[in-house]
Amino acid sequence: MAAPRRKALVAHRRATRAKVPTLPPALAAAVRAHVREEVARALAADRRSRVTRGANRATIIVFSGDLDRVMSALILANGAAAVGMEVSLFFTFWGLGALRRGTIVAGDGALSRAFTALTPSGLSRLGVSRLNFGGVGAKLLRTMMKQKGVASPEELLALARESGVRLVACTTSMDVMGLSPKDLVPDIEIGGVATYLGDAADSRITLFI
Amino acid sequence: MAAKKSTATLDVTGLKCPLPVVKASRALAAMKKGERLVVLSTDRASVPDMIGWAKADPRVIVERQEERTADATTVFVHTLRRTASL
Repeated sequence: MAAPRRKALVAHRRATRAKVPTLPPALAAAVRAHVREEVARALAADRRSRVTRGANRATIIVFSGDLDRVMSALILANGAAAVGMEVSLFFTFWGLGALRRGTIVAGDGALSRAFTALTPSGLSRLGVSRLNFGGVGAKLLRTMMKQKGVASPEELLALARESGVRLVACTTSMDVMGLSPKDLVPDIEIGGVATYLGDAADSRITLFI
Repeated sequence: MAAKKSTATLDVTGLKCPLPVVKASRALAAMKKGERLVVLSTDRASVPDMIGWAKADPRVIVERQEERTADATTVFVHTLRRTASL
């Protein structure tokens, strides 16, 4: 029933179809190759520009001395270094505890000595921000991380050093916390706010942890 | 152009973020342009992580990602290619 109409429709379409000029096969192939080449060139230029456009740096302020927060900072730092970014970690206030070299009593003067004795003396002594229970929580977290194949904070710090992550301790907060450079683990840069700003101004990512 | 570029394999099964990317990055840094690195990981996050890495880093392209499940363990297989160094 509908067949004649369909036939008419097909004929109509055929008659009204736009006539597209066809290129000779050799020319068509050349055009395709040229387009492909141009697209590849544009993509490569775009990939290059992503890094040459500006410095590719991540700058993180480690303010907290909680093990879980320091871990976050170290994981981010290692990840950023792995993806080819330059990384700076600035340790201030409680965060300096992560860089202490383990001496329980540090600094000069009664106040500094008392204060340093009451604060964690190194990365291995940091507590967790919740459910710490006098250090039991931190031990538990470390055990769980080990079981799950997560790198330990010590391994992450060593990895960060190997990857060339810049580790800077803030002098002002060192004074406040009663610490001097000899109380920190070796090879830590000493810097101030302008050191941070210099790197942060160059960074696409900056975090305060 | 060389007919066939060499392919290296890196096993990071059992390791968690950021280690798969960290180790893959180190392995790839030592490779030449055009060479491939196959990374075996059990961390599900490694799938978006490799993509994110390639987005941030012009030295790497993710060519292929697949999941292989055997004995109730899923392994994520990433095929990466080292591109031109800058």
